[in-house]
Amino acid sequence: MIKIDGVEKQFGSLKVLKRIFLQIETGRVTAIVGPNGSGKSTLIKSILGLVRPDKGEIYVNGTRLNGECEYRRQIGYMPQMAHFPNNLNVGEVLYMIKDLRGEHAGLDEELIHEFGLGQEMDKPLRTLSGGTRQKVSAAIAFLFDPALLILDEPTAGLDPIASSIFKDKIIREREKGKTIILTSHIMSEIEEMADSIIFLLDGSVRFSGPVEELKTMVGGLNLERSIARMMAENDEA
Amino acid sequence: MKKKIAQYAFLILALLQGGSVAGQTADLVVGTDGSIPSLKQALELARPGDTILLKSGVYKEGAVLVDKSVQIIGQGFPVLDGEGEYQIMTVTADDVVIRGIEFRNVGVSFVEDNAAIKLEGVSGVRIVENRFIEAFFGVYLAQSQKTLIEGNEFYGTGTREATTGNGIHLWYCKEITIRNNKINGHRDGIYFEFVEDSKVERNLSWGNLRYGLHFMFSDRCEYLKNVFRQNGAGVAVMYTHNMSMHDNLFEKNWGSAAFGLLLKEITDSYITNNRFYKNSIGLYTEGSNRLHVRENTFEENGWAVKIMANSMESEFVHNNFINNTFDVATNSRQNFNTFDSNYWSSYTGYDLNRDGIGDVPFRPVRLFSYIVEKQQTAMILSRSFFIDILDIAERIVPMLTPETLVDAHPRIKKLNVPTGEKENEG
Amino acid sequence: MDKVGKIIKYQLFDIFRNKWLLFYALFFFVVTDGLFRFGGGGAKVIISFMNIMLFIIPLVSILFGTMFLYNSREYIELLLTQPVKRRVLFAGLYLGLALPLVAGFVLGVSIPFALYDDGGQLATLGLLLLSGTFLTLMFTALAFFIALRNEDRARGFGISILVWLIFSFVYDGIILFASFSLADYPIEKPLIVASMLNPIDLARILILLKTDFSALMGYTGAVFQNFFGSSLGITVSLLTMLVWTMIPAILGTRTFEKKDF
Repeated sequence: MIKIDGVEKQFGSLKVLKRIFLQIETGRVTAIVGPNGSGKSTLIKSILGLVRPDKGEIYVNGTRLNGECEYRRQIGYMPQMAHFPNNLNVGEVLYMIKDLRGEHAGLDEELIHEFGLGQEMDKPLRTLSGGTRQKVSAAIAFLFDPALLILDEPTAGLDPIASSIFKDKIIREREKGKTIILTSHIMSEIEEMADSIIFLLDGSVRFSGPVEELKTMVGGLNLERSIARMMAENDEA
Repeated sequence: MKKKIAQYAFLILALLQGGSVAGQTADLVVGTDGSIPSLKQALELARPGDTILLKSGVYKEGAVLVDKSVQIIGQGFPVLDGEGEYQIMTVTADDVVIRGIEFRNVGVSFVEDNAAIKLEGVSGVRIVENRFIEAFFGVYLAQSQKTLIEGNEFYGTGTREATTGNGIHLWYCKEITIRNNKINGHRDGIYFEFVEDSKVERNLSWGNLRYGLHFMFSDRCEYLKNVFRQNGAGVAVMYTHNMSMHDNLFEKNWGSAAFGLLLKEITDSYITNNRFYKNSIGLYTEGSNRLHVRENTFEENGWAVKIMANSMESEFVHNNFINNTFDVATNSRQNFNTFDSNYWSSYTGYDLNRDGIGDVPFRPVRLFSYIVEKQQTAMILSRSFFIDILDIAERIVPMLTPETLVDAHPRIKKLNVPTGEKENEG
Repeated sequence: MDKVGKIIKYQLFDIFRNKWLLFYALFFFVVTDGLFRFGGGGAKVIISFMNIMLFIIPLVSILFGTMFLYNSREYIELLLTQPVKRRVLFAGLYLGLALPLVAGFVLGVSIPFALYDDGGQLATLGLLLLSGTFLTLMFTALAFFIALRNEDRARGFGISILVWLIFSFVYDGIILFASFSLADYPIEKPLIVASMLNPIDLARILILLKTDFSALMGYTGAVFQNFFGSSLGITVSLLTMLVWTMIPAILGTRTFEKKDF
């Protein structure tokens, strides 16, 4: 379980997160949605420890984040854009991460096989397409069988086949009781996978709860229209 | 004919065996265990032309006067000790020969120029292969001529200028030859004042407190193939005409007023085939005119040539300037001297027609030398980019350095100039 | 600490396959080789080489360092989401870049020296290599610090170049100006301190003592060579170089530890 307790963050004069209280339940897929600049990335980065909140506390499975790094052992992260050292090949990048975490056994290599990354192992990263790099990035996120998965627009660069393999993987992981946080602009995708939804707008939480609840709240439309309506209401207010 | 050859052979043998053979032909033998116990007694007994053999031992006889034309030959380096009080030997007769003797502990005086050997108004004297240890003055020649000083060694006390005299000191002399001596630890190694037509050759003068060689008012002299190393202020030649200085090595004369060669009021003289190596200032000229500086090598000096504006009509031709911090420095924007066809290692021009002469003239005076002249502490900025940029700008448009001090034919390759200095080590 | 080693290791895999590093090493090789071939005697080689080294090393280190940090932004973020301490990561990234640069320089220079020099310039070579190493470490650290403090790339590169200009040119101009305007005061000692505050000047003066000894001895009082030539002076100089390397490295680490990515 992740608990976010009154988190505030300001970049310069811009308030990116405004006193956010949230709970993200274990064993569920939680989608964070919101327009660009709403604070999604900052929230994710706060959980990852990349961004230090100005105020408030974050607890990941009971551990309060205080600059220590060991809690990240429980996290698998897939960034929006994957960049690796240009001159390393795929095998070396995978080996490097294993080496850094000191975990060489009990690995989940399903995605490596399903994406067919085995044939790409000797290729330098700079020669790979953006999609293949995303696949490598996804494989790394799942590699250590972490309890918490944070996926930032994971399907954006993937082709339909890879995307489908990936979604299946997410669903399988949820079945195993993993906590999954993801962001996406594709609402159908969220409808397909997410149990809960957090809707951020201008750094504040506008909605947090089950997907179904959101839909009923705004009048039984599909998710995309529900979100669009909430945004519109905000503009009128 | 045969007889003549035999005579020569005997002479050579005599020369080779030195004192011992001379001893056999000696007229008087002085020895601590012999019939004549002192040099003074022997000199009283001697007649002109006699040879006195001085056997090894230490002789403390105070001041000895040599007023007869005798030869005094030491055997096994006998010591004449001045006990720190006396002038040891005064020579007033012509054609005296002094050989193979060690002179020690000459009396230091602030009033008298006490010397190990003083020659007064004599001619034809030969001082050969002696040693001078802690002599105040070593050999002092006053109003003498046609004298040879050869193969001697001088080791002064080398402490303070006031308590140390000159190794070889000449005053009002003519036609003197000074050859193959080694001089260390004196005030001036060799000192000339009012000397004419004399020659200084193949000497090594090092570690002297002031000058390795010091010339004053001495015309028509020549010095060649000497080594002047690590003297307090190098070599100074002053108020002299028609000098010839060639094939010498001036090296490692370091200090704020240290020169390889200092020229003051010198005219019509030749400075050729010398090597100036690692001196603070290689060649310094002040008020010196019509100098011919040719085929010298200036290497790794602080200032290779420092030429004051009152020096005129001199030429610097076919010299090598290699890796000096400053090649030429001057104190004026005026220039009345000629620089031509030298090799400059700092020259960065090109030679498109491949005739060995750079197509762009070279200005050897750096702006930085002008800056350091004004403010010496700026030396700490040497070879910084800022200074390099200033130098380049100045070379393109001379504002502060003499516009006419230009070598129009800089050589692309190092000139092969013979430097015949003697390579004896101190 | 072994994590520092691991980060360095993989970064070395990356950087040693980078052709810029190869160019850098080759550059020093060709320049040193050329200087020996066409530059005349040993002292001339040292002086020319010193000029090139003092120009190139700070410039390349600061630009390469700045560029590396901006280009590796996502890679650094990825590593930051792993269970690795930030200071460990910083040390790994920093050394992983600075050490290959040092290696490129040292190898590029040493090989021609070994081929041509008879060992007569060994002490000076040692001094050159040591100064060059310190300058690389220092300017790489400065680059990291600047790039971490400035999100905007253009601004970061601008500041890097400005810093380089200040150390390489402006500072000496100020010293020259000061030495003239304060000519009536005893300024030797303040000047020694001032030149120690600029590591490029410090490196230059240490080498100058070998190459321009004769001219420095001509300077009244011989203050500089008395200080820099003494064992105390050399110790203080090396310590200053070390401090100069540590300060930006520590500042960089602190910025890195607090930074939001």
